[in-house]
Amino acid sequence: MNKLKTIQEALDMIKPGMTIMVGGFLGVGSPELLIDGIVQRGIGELTLIANDTSFPDVNYGKLIQNKLVKKVYTSHIGTNPESGYQMHSGEMEVILTPQGTLVEQIRSAGAGLGGVLTPTGIGTVVEENKQKIEVDGKFYIVEKPLKADIALLRGAKVDKKGNVYYNLAAQNFNPIMAMAADLVIVEADEIVEVGQINANDVMTPHIFVDVVVKGDR
Amino acid sequence: MDNNRIKEIIAKRVAMEFKDGNLVNLGIGLPTLVANYIPEGVEVTLQSENGFIGMGPAPEPGKEDPDLVNAGAQYVTVNEGAAFFDSSISFSIIRGGHLDFTVLGALQVDEKGNLANWMIPGKKVPGMGGAMDLVTGAKKVIVAMTHTAKGSIKIMKECNLPLTAKGQVDLIVTEMGVMEVTPRGLLLKEKNPEFTLEEIQKQTEARLIVSENLKDMEI
Repeated sequence: MNKLKTIQEALDMIKPGMTIMVGGFLGVGSPELLIDGIVQRGIGELTLIANDTSFPDVNYGKLIQNKLVKKVYTSHIGTNPESGYQMHSGEMEVILTPQGTLVEQIRSAGAGLGGVLTPTGIGTVVEENKQKIEVDGKFYIVEKPLKADIALLRGAKVDKKGNVYYNLAAQNFNPIMAMAADLVIVEADEIVEVGQINANDVMTPHIFVDVVVKGDR
Repeated sequence: MDNNRIKEIIAKRVAMEFKDGNLVNLGIGLPTLVANYIPEGVEVTLQSENGFIGMGPAPEPGKEDPDLVNAGAQYVTVNEGAAFFDSSISFSIIRGGHLDFTVLGALQVDEKGNLANWMIPGKKVPGMGGAMDLVTGAKKVIVAMTHTAKGSIKIMKECNLPLTAKGQVDLIVTEMGVMEVTPRGLLLKEKNPEFTLEEIQKQTEARLIVSENLKDMEI
């Protein structure tokens, strides 16, 4: 099964109105060419799931800067002023979620769970309109799973089968999102032959990955 | 008091709370400075919530690695023995009771240990990032901040901004003193000798209970 595609072939799979999740933390560990391609093609009306909304000119922050996002699930928008403007003007819906909850919502979608119970947000606006459950005398919020049509990820080294190795702090949301989307596209800094990543060092097993594209790092 | 001096007093005092072997998360801004004052002989491991423990200082110019930043996207280094992981593990550390201290700033904090530091309705809505998880999950929560925001009061009877977490703050360290959250209210344990008790109370909405063993803050 050939998973290697060109950036243009991968972009053909991304349609307006889709829900996409993008790996990275303030743009670190995010796929550059795929995001630039979406901006170039103007693929809009997207629902974005990402840890933050980055900076206006950095990676997935550009999706918002170019008004391609109608709804975003994220934990932080403070570094991208455009997110705040579009939220206040009503152009973009913003669902703010605590970071640890967001990652568990994504993980639970990929892990076949009906969501997670978390104490984070109890006694705050985060618990509003959500089910709460008491377990052994302690209250938890029920947070539902969050999945996407497509996950756009970045790996440092990816073999031709799709096994992924991440570098340093570029790991963040990537391995979790790899489990939570119908189609998973990984942009690789380096594509290597099968066997060149030791099986012990594989951080995302190839079965989660559908498409591998070459980045420009 | 000079702003840098204020920050130094606060950061130095917070650092004295740590014990050898502690795992600590320092927030963006003033709390980051705490790392510069960790006492000799006390080995503290710093966590960065974007996915590693063992964070070190900023790299020398020219040695930055684009894949190695802290949770504020600033270039950092890691110390020997550091470890990287994904965000799910990072927040398992935070929520799961594995983090000894979280140190962060506040817009408001109150005598019940409530904290508000993530939004001002209608004005500023940056989002909570990892703050709600940190404050809910860390074994000890230290608020490190200037006592007032240019004169406007931050230590309240009851926060009126949206909360980050309810009843989770343990200790408040400002340039004026050190206050512990107790079931009876805020206990002033140490005070900066440059201020009188009256001066400190005047800058505080919550009523301060003065400790019988009130000490001078080391400044």
